Amino acid sequence: MDPLYIIANYGPRFLDGTLMTLQLTGLGALMAGLFAPFLALARTCAPPAAQWPLRLYISFIRGTPLLVQLFLVYYGSGQFRPLLQDWGLWNFFRDPFNCALFTFVINSTAYQTEILRGGLMGVDNREVEAARAVGMSRWRILQRVSFPHAYRIAWPALGNEVILLMKASALASVVTVFDLMGRTRQVFSRTFDFSSYLWAALIYLGITVVFVYLWRQAELRMTRHLQTGSNTTQGEQRNG
Amino acid sequence: MQELFAYGETGWGDELLAGLAVTLQLGVAALLLGLLIGFAVAWASLSRQALLRSAGFAYSTIMRGLPELLTLFVVYNGVGLLLNQFSAFLSPDSTPVEFSPFAAGVVALGMVFGAFSSEVLRGAFNSLDPGQSEAGRAVGMSTRQVFLRIKLPQAWRFALPGLGNLWINLLKDTALVSIIALEDLMRMTKIAVGATKQPFTFYLAAALIYWGLCVLSEIGLNKLEKRANRGIVNR
Repeated sequence: MDPLYIIANYGPRFLDGTLMTLQLTGLGALMAGLFAPFLALARTCAPPAAQWPLRLYISFIRGTPLLVQLFLVYYGSGQFRPLLQDWGLWNFFRDPFNCALFTFVINSTAYQTEILRGGLMGVDNREVEAARAVGMSRWRILQRVSFPHAYRIAWPALGNEVILLMKASALASVVTVFDLMGRTRQVFSRTFDFSSYLWAALIYLGITVVFVYLWRQAELRMTRHLQTGSNTTQGEQRNG
Repeated sequence: MQELFAYGETGWGDELLAGLAVTLQLGVAALLLGLLIGFAVAWASLSRQALLRSAGFAYSTIMRGLPELLTLFVVYNGVGLLLNQFSAFLSPDSTPVEFSPFAAGVVALGMVFGAFSSEVLRGAFNSLDPGQSEAGRAVGMSTRQVFLRIKLPQAWRFALPGLGNLWINLLKDTALVSIIALEDLMRMTKIAVGATKQPFTFYLAAALIYWGLCVLSEIGLNKLEKRANRGIVNR
C-alpha cells in the first residue's frame, strides 16, 4: 500500500474521474431541477384523477433500485433497437454517459418533485391570499410568493438530494462510464493497491464538504431577511 | 411471455425466485448487523466521553458521505486483502482465501445502515423526556430496567419511521451486491437477460419485484407504527 505512489502516477486519472462525477451530478441535478417545479405544481394543484400517472411514476422510482433503473435504460433500450433507430434515438441510448445522465434525471426529478411538493405545502395559505388581495395574477403569485418561499423551505432537503445523487452517480461506473468510481476501479485493477480506494473516499468526502458549505452559504443568502441582526426582537416580531 | 417466467427448466421464474431469496436473506442479515452498529454508534455519540462522542460522529459522517458502491468495494477487496495477509502471516504457505460476496455485502450494507440508523436512534433517544427516566429511578428501577422498560419502547416509537425509510433504502441497495457477483435477484436477472436477449422484459420484471417488496414493506411498517403508537392518545 503506497498512497503517494498512487496519486503521483494516477493523479490525472482521479482528476479526470472527479470532473466526470461532478459533471454527471451537476447536469443531472440541474436538469431534474428544471422539471421538478412543474411536476410539484401538478402534484399540489391538479385534480386527483389527473395525478395518478405522476404518483405511479414517483412511487416506481422510489420503490426500485437505481441500478435496476439504469440497466432498464442502458440494456433495456437494446430490446427496442429497431424502433429507436427509426426514431433516430439509438445514437443517444448507445452512449453509456447519456444513459446514466438520462436515468439520473428521471430518478432525481421524482425525488425533487416530492421535496418541492412538501415545500409548496409548507407555504402559509394566508401569504397566497394576501397576494391575491393586492391583485396579483395566479402566475405572478407562483413566481413571487409560492415558489420563492417553497424553495426556501425545501432548500436543505434539496441539498441532501444532490448529495445522494452525487453518491449514486458512482453507479455509472457499472455501465463503463469513467467517473471517479470507474477510474478508481481501473486503478485498483492495475495496481491492486488498496490506497486507491482511500483516495476515492477522500475525494468523495471532499466534494460533499465543499458542497455542504456552498449550499449553506446559499441558504444564508436566501434567508438573509429572516436573520436577526443587532435589533433582534424587532426582526422576530416582524416575521413571527 | 408466460414461458419466459415459467417455473422449471424452460422458464426463469425459479431462478428469479432463488435470487429473490438471496436478496431477502442479505437484506435481513444486513438489517440486524446494521441495527447493532447503529445502537453502538448512537450510544457512543450520546456518551459523556468526548473521545467516544467524536468517534461516533466521525463514523456516521464518513460512512454517510461515501457512495455505497465504494463502501462495498472497500469491504470486498480491502477485507479480502487483510484476511489474506493475516492468513499468510499465520502460515506463509496457506492458499489465499476468498472473502465471500455475501459476507462482504452484509458487512458493507450493515455498516452503511449502521451509520444512518445511528443518527435516527440518536435523535430518538434525545427526544425522550428525561423526567421519565428520573421517575423510573425514583421508584427504584436499575439503569438496565430504565433502559429496557422506559427508554427503549419510546425511542422505538420515535425511531420507527426513520428506520423504516432506511430499511427500504437497504432493500434497494442490496441490488449493488450483484456487481460483486452475489447471485441475488439482480444477478439472476442479468443471467436471464444473457440467455434470452430480452433485457427490457427482465429488468422490468426485476423492477416490479423490488417495487412489490417496497410496497409490502411500507404496509408492514404502517402496521408496526400503529402498534408502536397504540398507547398514545391522539390529540
